[in-house]
Amino acid sequence: MEASILLWYCYTRLTVINIDLAKPVSAASRNPSMLEAHNLEITRGDRRLCSGISLELKPGTLLLVSGSNGSGKTSLLRALCGLLLPSAGEVLWNGENVRSLREEYGRHLVYVGHANALKDDLTVAENLDVLCALSGIETNPEQRRQSLIQFGLSGREHLPAKSLSQGQRRRTTLARLSVSGALPLWILDEPFAALDSNAISHMQSVVGTHLTGGGMVVMTTHQEVPIAAPTLRELNLDGFGH
Amino acid sequence: MMTLLQAVIRRDLMLAWRRRTDVATVVLFFLIVVSLFPLGVGAEPNLLRAIAPGIIWVAALLACMLSLQQLFASDHADGVLDQMLLAPAPLSLVVIARAFAHWLISGLPLVVLSPLLAVQFDLPAELYPVLTLSLLLGTPALTLTGAIGAALTLGLRGGGMLLALLVLPLYIPVLILGAGAVDAAASGLGADAHLLLLTAQLVVTAAFAPWAISAALRISAE
Repeated sequence: MEASILLWYCYTRLTVINIDLAKPVSAASRNPSMLEAHNLEITRGDRRLCSGISLELKPGTLLLVSGSNGSGKTSLLRALCGLLLPSAGEVLWNGENVRSLREEYGRHLVYVGHANALKDDLTVAENLDVLCALSGIETNPEQRRQSLIQFGLSGREHLPAKSLSQGQRRRTTLARLSVSGALPLWILDEPFAALDSNAISHMQSVVGTHLTGGGMVVMTTHQEVPIAAPTLRELNLDGFGH
Repeated sequence: MMTLLQAVIRRDLMLAWRRRTDVATVVLFFLIVVSLFPLGVGAEPNLLRAIAPGIIWVAALLACMLSLQQLFASDHADGVLDQMLLAPAPLSLVVIARAFAHWLISGLPLVVLSPLLAVQFDLPAELYPVLTLSLLLGTPALTLTGAIGAALTLGLRGGGMLLALLVLPLYIPVLILGAGAVDAAASGLGADAHLLLLTAQLVVTAAFAPWAISAALRISAE
């Protein structure tokens, strides 16, 4: 009896994994990918942050989300990632709701949040390894080393993250963008916060390269940072508040 | 996907190694709680032998719960949890990897130390394998069940106390079966029935807990 339970269990687990492995890496790679949002309404507690937001992102589009503090920029970005359930409307990736796509959507997406997602006790290089693995970015150690050098972190690879300055912490978490060109959609929450002018200009070129290569970027920022984008859209959330 | 799960397990083990004191705290807590009882109830060998399985099991249960509070809390605070939710592998598999790493760090040491503690209670040597085996089967179930509570109480004020109230009642079946296995073996009935039920409990928990944990994490992350 117990043997059959165990067998059944192993079988179900294996099929779960197999189904997952058998899935095509990207069902959408045949046709151009697209992010859409229809009539999004985002509520936090009793407060409606924004409503009636519809947008459409095609390859090569940069969407700049602006708005005053507390206007719901971060919440909108989290809703676009599928982390936050909008109180109305839906976010679609290639026509499918991102909440039901789940890990399939994760294969196309890099999200750099407001928090840096660094572990204080791990070194810069180890943090980058973990972030690349979690974002599903396929890299080799040499590529990761190069991206740290490009972000001005050479010589600091083996320092624990807790000994870094705010700007260096931001650079560490952004360094994975240099190697995530294969993932079409980047959602970046205040990427330039705490960065110095060198790092900002490097980020401009990284984001610009991604866009000209057919990527899509959704970004919030308070700074005026020009980025060469084939298509530029702007969304000011102050007009959507209530 | 396997590389992702390996990376998660390696990261957790590396973090545990860098924060060795946190791991040591759990193990020392277990050792001290168990050691207090012979001092408290006096050196009556028959009494000690009778209470040994229960004491060791209750201490293991409390030690497990103590370590669970941090399972998702720090990842939630520094934003790594968001990255896990957006990872290209099913969240339930990521959760299994994390629970496995957590069990290696805070469950396995308890299993290994239990025969040593049984000596304090003058437990007959032939019961050591039963005690160890019952803990080996029971502690992963404790970790998985407790992880549901840890995910549900994520980001709440006073989450630690709430976690205890949520999780301890769910630990009762494991406690009864685990401590009962040693008692049954001591009384000559044989521990097979208890150990098989404990295995069944572990299998059912391993099958369903990851889904419950994933759902709770998705809600907590909003």
